[in-house]
Amino acid sequence: MKKLKRITSALGILSLLVIVLTACGSRKSLSQQDVLQNDRANNTITWGVKADTKLFGLMDVKDNQVKGFDVDIAKAVTKRVLGKNGHAKFVQVTSQTRIPLLKNGNIDAIIATMTITPEREKQVDFSQSYFDAGQSLLVKEGSSIKSVKDLNKPGTKVLGVTGANSVANIKKFAPKARVLELSDYAQAMTALKSGQGAALTTDNGILYGMATQNPGYQVVGGAFTKEPYGIAINKGQGDFKAEVNKALKEIEADGTYNRILKKWFGNVPGFDYKEAAR
Amino acid sequence: MQNFIQAYSWVNIRFLLEGLWVTVEVSVVSIIASFIIGSILGVLRYVKIKYLSAVIGFVVDMVRNLPLILIIFFTYFGLPHLGFKPGILFATILAMTIFESAMLAEIVRSGILAVDYGQMEGARANGMTYVQALWHIIFPQAIKKTIPTIVSQFISLIKDTSLATIIVLPELLNHAQIIYGQNTAYIIPMFVMIALMYFVICYALSVLSRILDKKLA
Amino acid sequence: MIYIVTHYWSELVQGIGYTLLSSVIALVFSTIIGTMFAIFEVLPNKAMRVIGRVYIEIFRNIPLLVIAMFFYVIIPLYVAKIDGFTAGTIGLTIYTSSFIAETVRAGIQSVDPGQMEGARANGMTYWQAMSKIVLPQAFKIIIPPLGNQFINLVKNSSVLAFVAGFDLMYQANSIASLSLDTINSYMVVGVFYLVITLPLSYYMRHLEKRLAN
Repeated sequence: MKKLKRITSALGILSLLVIVLTACGSRKSLSQQDVLQNDRANNTITWGVKADTKLFGLMDVKDNQVKGFDVDIAKAVTKRVLGKNGHAKFVQVTSQTRIPLLKNGNIDAIIATMTITPEREKQVDFSQSYFDAGQSLLVKEGSSIKSVKDLNKPGTKVLGVTGANSVANIKKFAPKARVLELSDYAQAMTALKSGQGAALTTDNGILYGMATQNPGYQVVGGAFTKEPYGIAINKGQGDFKAEVNKALKEIEADGTYNRILKKWFGNVPGFDYKEAAR
Repeated sequence: MQNFIQAYSWVNIRFLLEGLWVTVEVSVVSIIASFIIGSILGVLRYVKIKYLSAVIGFVVDMVRNLPLILIIFFTYFGLPHLGFKPGILFATILAMTIFESAMLAEIVRSGILAVDYGQMEGARANGMTYVQALWHIIFPQAIKKTIPTIVSQFISLIKDTSLATIIVLPELLNHAQIIYGQNTAYIIPMFVMIALMYFVICYALSVLSRILDKKLA
Repeated sequence: MIYIVTHYWSELVQGIGYTLLSSVIALVFSTIIGTMFAIFEVLPNKAMRVIGRVYIEIFRNIPLLVIAMFFYVIIPLYVAKIDGFTAGTIGLTIYTSSFIAETVRAGIQSVDPGQMEGARANGMTYWQAMSKIVLPQAFKIIIPPLGNQFINLVKNSSVLAFVAGFDLMYQANSIASLSLDTINSYMVVGVFYLVITLPLSYYMRHLEKRLAN
């Protein structure tokens, strides 16, 4: 009898805790303050960027700075929004951590190889697209895999990154393949080298960066999806979004955008940066 | 061999050491905080204050039985929902402290239980209050008895900081991953180096605990 | 929260399956390997004792995640093609075996040495005495710590998430990013873990008390 009492009281506390936690979980996020006003007051915009993705956002071991196309665009946008002395602060994110961090208000905006998709637009707002990527495949040279169709066989393993849109896509394009999700692109590339998957799939821009870093690997299959990258901003931050869009238009108009594009993609084999110029 | 020499360039080693520093920072703060909180929780659980001890006991059991990664996710992603927005370093330290405090609470409680109850009676007979006896007589002995267990728990803590690489805490494993992610020829040298770094710290601590245990015994 | 459970039920069940499978396999093999190295440590032969000690110290003092990733990344490059689940489970086994070895050694040493001598005096060989007299008694003492190791294994198997091992934590990450409802996804998975570990943990405490009396 005593035992029963203890078990019921334990269950009681457990259910109480679950209720409390759910209540907390479903509460609206705190980031209902005006991001633009805050950022102007602090003269700083906090950006979520990748640190494992060559060409877009990669940690430089020499000086502990993240460098890449996304980072440079973020800096240029910051200068347009806050003025010449505006400060851009960078927080490292992965495909998995970026949306929760934005919604929680740890970062003001995401500029991290993030595709604008209808599902994500239910959760966050996007700026206009600032880069047009397309999903593709990275394989070992001489691999029998030439296109996404070759992956659609039972037992084929494809490597991707948790939270990336490319993982959701591959389930549509090659439903028979098994997708293995790693935590970031460095891990996914390492897994490809170890033979954990037949191909690594994500956007071509990222894959070209990997191919230049890893001789013996090539991008195949062309771009089988359209992946327009956008800057993600919390819902209800209309002023901030308008400023970011304005800034993007300005840097496209005054040639800053093309300069940054050339800096990062000018010498990437297989990538025609002139076609991507705006 | 060539790979090893190139991999251990000063730039890379310095980058690893920066990671190691974060690992040490998180570990030291969490060890101190969890030792204090864990001891208090362990004592409170032992003294059996109505309801309070039961609630503490249940929460401690919940935390102890969850994977640490989940607790890291809860502090990093969950706390902002409660109106508190921790940075990554603080979120990790908080998660480690919550988890390790729960583990230590259990160790301290069992340590107190292992101390002969006659000592409490003796101390009370000599005019000490219950709290005085607990603090001056029972608690120090409980800690003495459990030093090896406590230290091995701290060693686990140091090792477990590597889990925070999933939220991109710039600790040792994360920095190694960044280096070998950029040049996969460095995978083995990096694994060897970080395994060595973790080993040296953890082994030194376990040797220290053995010496301490012998001295106090 | 209910939505996560109903909508991702098959992923969650698969996750639990892999988590339990990995934990059980790792428990069986780490007990075998751990016992082996524990015996090494109490052998009269000094070289064997050193081997036992070195094995235990190495794997006790390196993070599980580093060991698991080593097997995921390096073994397939040079030794054998193993997938994330296998690599993670091997890592889990080796890491846990070093802790079990310590437990078993303490168990063996708590058995009165007189029993070994008595058995030897009655004509048993060292191995007969060890396997028939000493180990059975040692195991009786270490059943509760072994049970606690199993709980640790269930929790620690979450490293499989880092090597695409399809366990509960891997599914949690996947569900969190598919549903874009991070906190509720992890909360659901937390409850799933507790459903496995809490009853086990209470049962072990009960067992410990019974054995102590």
